[in-house]
Amino acid sequence: MTIAVASGKGGTGKTLIATSLALVLQDAGSVEFLDCDVEEPNAHLFLKPHIEAKEAVEVPVPLVDDAKCTYCGRCAEVCEFNAMAVLKDAVMVFSELCHGCTACWVLCPEEAIRPTGREVGVAESGWSGPIGFHHGWLRVGEAMSPPLIRAVKARARPADFVVIDAPPGTSCPVVESVREADAVVLVTEPTPFGLNDLELAVDMVEALGRRAGIVINRAGIGDGRVNDFCRSRKLPILLEIPFDRRIAEAYSRGEPLVGAFPEYRLRFQELGRALQSMVKP
Amino acid sequence: MKIAITTSGKDLDAPVDPRLGRAQSFILYDTETAEWSLLDNAQGVNAAHGAGVQAGSALVNAGVEAVLTGNAGPRAFQVLSASKIKVYVGLDGTVREAIEQFKAGNLQAAGGASVGSHFGIGM
Repeated sequence: MTIAVASGKGGTGKTLIATSLALVLQDAGSVEFLDCDVEEPNAHLFLKPHIEAKEAVEVPVPLVDDAKCTYCGRCAEVCEFNAMAVLKDAVMVFSELCHGCTACWVLCPEEAIRPTGREVGVAESGWSGPIGFHHGWLRVGEAMSPPLIRAVKARARPADFVVIDAPPGTSCPVVESVREADAVVLVTEPTPFGLNDLELAVDMVEALGRRAGIVINRAGIGDGRVNDFCRSRKLPILLEIPFDRRIAEAYSRGEPLVGAFPEYRLRFQELGRALQSMVKP
Repeated sequence: MKIAITTSGKDLDAPVDPRLGRAQSFILYDTETAEWSLLDNAQGVNAAHGAGVQAGSALVNAGVEAVLTGNAGPRAFQVLSASKIKVYVGLDGTVREAIEQFKAGNLQAAGGASVGSHFGIGM
């Protein structure tokens, strides 16, 4: 079973929830943990993995052979991302815009384009006790994260549970992280910003056809509008964690929630069971 | 010679557009015959990414030798200078005024982009 932990609003507690969920699930079966926030990986601060393997991840970008190119402009025409400009006697490739879709080299009538690699970052794998751990480091200045996220996901070994710590937001990196999950946990906070971004996240998850359950973190700091929203959209609230400054303090020390507050283990076991019955009713 | 002027309007009395990749339209003007036409920049305005590449390519294909604009971002500038098209920035006022300044030889070609990327969408 693959569970993705996402949010919409950043800073709601995805890593807090994902790391503790993984630590509790390890008693129920084998667990692989994927930190898919490759722009700002942070789960390693809590799971403290021993990293054993790392590889550079590249995206294919076009390289034009000027000898064969007739400057017909077909490649620029088919490029959805405006990564190519065909001038009178040269082709300019803006590789940072290229998404590696392959259309240009597949459709070039002169077969004048071939793919070459552009490094977007590094993927690393290791172990955190019995939990298999994987994450990625996007190159500083790089905007193209989905290919690195795909590479991180591909490194997961077969396991009973795959827990994905998704990036914040609702755009391409998040879609890539959650699109194949059996269930998505959306972590929110009971504030207007939390609610606004939760609504966006729910729309995204439903558009992807994923089942969703809600975790309300820092319960008590706002009002009940998030609960009303969940009720109106028939979204199960799987866990509520009350605001407690001591939780934030433990987090700032790199301590997983269930490590610093073992009384939470039971609540995360219940979360795990609720997710399992959502997926296999 | 054929030149292009960015504009947010439709004719020579319209204002010069401060953007290039996301400019509303271009006026294509022939300095010898004083004939002109309007070239829409829908491909740049609507592009999710790479508006500068698109607009630059459209201007290259239009066969102009110079572009007058308020600003030029890095990719539009790259595409235009690779085709040896001169870019003149800092134009404001109307298209007509910009053309007069160009004809009077008061303008200096830009050596690089005048703004960073995404300027035209306020980022």
